[in-house]
Amino acid sequence: MIERSEYLSTVQARHNDGFIYLADLTCVDYLNDQTRVVDEGVQAQRFELVVNLRSFAPPSILRIRVQVPEDDPAVPSLFSLYPGAEAMEREVFDLFGLRFEDHPDLTRILLPEDWEGHPLRKDYGVGRVPVQFKEVKRNR
Amino acid sequence: MSSSIYTVIRPDGDSRFGLVQETSEGLQELGERSATTAAALAKETGSTLRIPEGEAELEGESDDGRMIINMGPQHPSTHGVLRIMLEIEGETVLRSKPVVGYLHTGMEKTAENLTYLQGTTNVTRMDYLSPLNNELVFCLAAESLLGIELPERATWIRMLMSELNRIASHVMWLATNGMDLGSTSMMIFGFRDREMVLSFFEKTSGLRMNNNYIRVGGVAADLPDGWEDDVTAIVDTIEARTKDYDELITGQPIFRERVVGVGLLSPQDAVALSASGPILRASGVPWDLRKEMPYLYYDQVNFDVIVGSVGDTYDRYAVRLFEIRESISIVRQIIDKMPKGPYRALDPKVTPPPRARIDESMEALIHHFKLFTEGIRIPPGESYVAIESPRGELGCYMVSDGSAKPFRMHIRGPSFVNLQSLPVMLHGGMLADAVAVISSVDPVMGEVDR
Repeated sequence: MIERSEYLSTVQARHNDGFIYLADLTCVDYLNDQTRVVDEGVQAQRFELVVNLRSFAPPSILRIRVQVPEDDPAVPSLFSLYPGAEAMEREVFDLFGLRFEDHPDLTRILLPEDWEGHPLRKDYGVGRVPVQFKEVKRNR
Repeated sequence: MSSSIYTVIRPDGDSRFGLVQETSEGLQELGERSATTAAALAKETGSTLRIPEGEAELEGESDDGRMIINMGPQHPSTHGVLRIMLEIEGETVLRSKPVVGYLHTGMEKTAENLTYLQGTTNVTRMDYLSPLNNELVFCLAAESLLGIELPERATWIRMLMSELNRIASHVMWLATNGMDLGSTSMMIFGFRDREMVLSFFEKTSGLRMNNNYIRVGGVAADLPDGWEDDVTAIVDTIEARTKDYDELITGQPIFRERVVGVGLLSPQDAVALSASGPILRASGVPWDLRKEMPYLYYDQVNFDVIVGSVGDTYDRYAVRLFEIRESISIVRQIIDKMPKGPYRALDPKVTPPPRARIDESMEALIHHFKLFTEGIRIPPGESYVAIESPRGELGCYMVSDGSAKPFRMHIRGPSFVNLQSLPVMLHGGMLADAVAVISSVDPVMGEVDR
């Protein structure tokens, strides 16, 4: 669990250590979650970027959790280190609205390009199709 | 098409195909990739096209003969609703961009509003060709937060179903791949053989697909009586049938012409692009989560990791065909090793009471009712679990806040990530080969779009 300022340097160092495979990159929106525990020395923020890196020899997995503040949701892109990050970062941009700096093609991937809002944020309501009920004639 | 692009063709007069190369109308054959001029090459960098989705129509044909065409989302070879924007020059594919999202239904958002018991019904619909693997990864993630011990039989049953599902999924892939390349017999054979596995799933779980069989805390029901005979019959038949596939497809010259040397992906590219599963292994990287980071009891069975050497479409075919045989061998070992015992955890916090108890005990009825209305509470925490699905690394990242519903549930879909390597495979190839290459990636759009 790290601050945003250490993000790129940490991943770079791990890449040099042999964590050459990006397994997963996703995000969690802790909107009003007061209960969560963060490591000492790290300021909890609304968004948490979760990056899973793999090393092949020895087989191991490493999870990095980056705190991203609400008022400036931007992080550096991992595209130059891991080209495979492209689609995953586009997905996080699409569904959470995090901007990835120096990403080659930061556009919506799953939703239509003219969609408004970022649905996986906790303050984005679950949509409902309004159901129209017919008036039932009451005898009483 | 302006003729300036194809100025130099085969100065040595290579006439391998015995075709007349030059007529009164000019050159009749397409040029080599190296024959393109510097001006044409300057326009492309890399293999991924990065123009907005809407601009493809506006672009039309440019003055130097490049053209952007759309393949899909209604193209029959795109396995659903995959759309690919292809920048072509004559018949040669330059850059391309997979456009996804036509099947997006917000399943990760939906999962935040479903209890852990309902969650498996949601994830099972993602990768509809290997539903049991989806349920498995969801349950493993939930159980890693819950910290419960499963009975041995439950784990072995999960492994059995997961491997049978891998066989069904790969056979299904052989079928659709055959269809894409014009082998209708393979399509019929594949569907026929997959049906045997699905019938067994129906006998066990009540459903052919979207089984919702693997639940948090075990599996939904015990295996039916005489399951050993059923499973043995299935694997014996499919093992014999793989020899038929060999005769029908593997050595067939027409098939080999279409796939050998087509859609190359180097091991460096495969790792950099986070490809996984048969695509990564076909490129020569011996990485299989079942072997390298075993889950369930994969460390107690013997099997080989199938690795390709060239990384072309043919290797991806061969890896899948041999993985069917390895799965058959695993299934046979599971039949021998299956222990007796309960098929779900005997933890009243997770497991409902047996049906017979409900009729006689008020407490059991209340317990059952509370479990199914309120659901299982999972302690706060976060966890990432990955398994080897037929398509590659299927991961589930789950965050719990202590309530009965996941705070966040993310599925790392192998098809979604594998699609990124498609532009690299298509780059510099012929347009007609695109069908073979797309098919070899084996994307399941339900999982790509989620």
